[in-house]
Amino acid sequence: MTIDTEPTLLAVTDLVVDFGAGAVVDRVSFVMQPGDRVGIIGESGSGKTLTALSVVGLAPDSASVTGSVRWHGQELLGRSDRELSRLRGEAIAMVFQNPMTSLNPVMRVGRQIAEPLRLHHGLSRSAAGAAAVELCRRVGLPDPAHAARAYPHQLSGGQRQRVGIAIALACRPALLITDEPTTALDVTVQAEVLALLHDLIEERDAALLFITHDVALVSGITDHLLVMRKGTIVEEGPTAQLVAAPQHPYTAQLIAAARATALEDA
Amino acid sequence: MIEAAEATNHDAPLLRAEGIRRDFPLPRTTLFGPRPVRRALRGVDLTLKVGGSVGIVGESGSGKSTLVRILLGLDRATAGTVTFRGRPIAPGRRRDLQWFRREAQIVLQDPLSSLDPRLRVASIIAEPLRCLAVDEDHDARIDEVLTAVGLEPDMRDRYPHEFSGGQQQRIAIARAIAPRPAVLVGDEPVSSLDVSVRAQILDLLGRLAAEHDLSLILVSHDLGVVRYLCEDVLVLHDGAVAESGRAEDVLGRPQAEYTRQLVAAVPRLPRPTVASSEY
Repeated sequence: MTIDTEPTLLAVTDLVVDFGAGAVVDRVSFVMQPGDRVGIIGESGSGKTLTALSVVGLAPDSASVTGSVRWHGQELLGRSDRELSRLRGEAIAMVFQNPMTSLNPVMRVGRQIAEPLRLHHGLSRSAAGAAAVELCRRVGLPDPAHAARAYPHQLSGGQRQRVGIAIALACRPALLITDEPTTALDVTVQAEVLALLHDLIEERDAALLFITHDVALVSGITDHLLVMRKGTIVEEGPTAQLVAAPQHPYTAQLIAAARATALEDA
Repeated sequence: MIEAAEATNHDAPLLRAEGIRRDFPLPRTTLFGPRPVRRALRGVDLTLKVGGSVGIVGESGSGKSTLVRILLGLDRATAGTVTFRGRPIAPGRRRDLQWFRREAQIVLQDPLSSLDPRLRVASIIAEPLRCLAVDEDHDARIDEVLTAVGLEPDMRDRYPHEFSGGQQQRIAIARAIAPRPAVLVGDEPVSSLDVSVRAQILDLLGRLAAEHDLSLILVSHDLGVVRYLCEDVLVLHDGAVAESGRAEDVLGRPQAEYTRQLVAAVPRLPRPTVASSEY
């Protein structure tokens, strides 16, 4: 797809997702410029995940998705899966919560990292394989050549999520969408994976859409924050400002609750 | 805390574990060599005082769950002893530990899997009363505990799926306190809950502990949750105690290298710029 007509990376306007019993995502609008790091926080059922899935055309078939999702000015809603799959994994990539379910259990991880490179960039098997080993090294897997030959179950949870990140970043996407990428990880591993994510985004100048329920986590990695509740955005603004001085009562309540069980700043 | 008449008793250990080791044999790797062993716990001591609260923190594989199973007499330690008010606890015949089951109850992480979906709330809460042959009016007790956890007595005829996650966890807590235990163990009791519900459930646990003279053991991977609710903390790392002491000290000024790393890895919130009165 040749879609470099407009500088605005992603423009979501009046996005509505409905399963037939009322909108679960209700007129959500936001804009991302290249390199932006945007967070969506919300509790379970707030519609944050569905919003992200709808952007890349991965909402369940039973959902009706209306409104507008523009990528460099071009409408994505209503495109065929075939067209969208050319975009997904290349220009827009995703990292999900549980790498054990998002990775193929019977394929060596090197091949899984190489797959988008062969598919989207047309690399040969050996070139893609070599690139996969290099990506394993970049995401900090010990003994990259060996790691590339491992199956997902042979890796730890943190290592699996590093593989997920390697797959997502293989084609140098302009936008990376992550949905609770560190929720299943131990806190020390979470800190490492988050730092890695941060470095890679910076290094590749990619934009980030970071979805989580964890206010502390999102405040460390994003510049702009959207707060979702019951399908709508109740407040948005610069992350630091919004977390320090929330305006909407719901945001204030959410942040106060998070603060209650947070450790004090050292 | 209630200043009870038996204040002298308050430093007496209620539940004490000494030198707990637990080895799990692994599958053989050679035909004649010794079986390899996974040392899940390597000499852990824990003391829960009357009216006290101990948090057990650690990452996955640190031995938290194994320790809880041994503390509750659900698993046998390879070495070491557990005593409750001086009486030894070890798994045996069902009847042998019935007295202890009344004294120690547990709330698990996911209420949707710990509550029987086919039972009404009243039957769920009555189950420990019946199984432990608690000698009091079960019906009245059910209403009492439902009120204590902030639910309405007329919710007793409903099924678990009719409740929100936070309410389901309240039902699990009501069931746990029904037999009037002395010790309440929470194994990640708020990990599956939304953050705004989390503080409510923690406050409920704290209030119940104070009002019902309960001692708490809280297992969590979330240091903030333990800091919020517990006086003492035990940091487990690879089956051994990395550090233990008052939660304020251990989590505020960690001494052990491992605790320092753990505390440093917790994501922080930027400070509020407007004074928030509630917290």
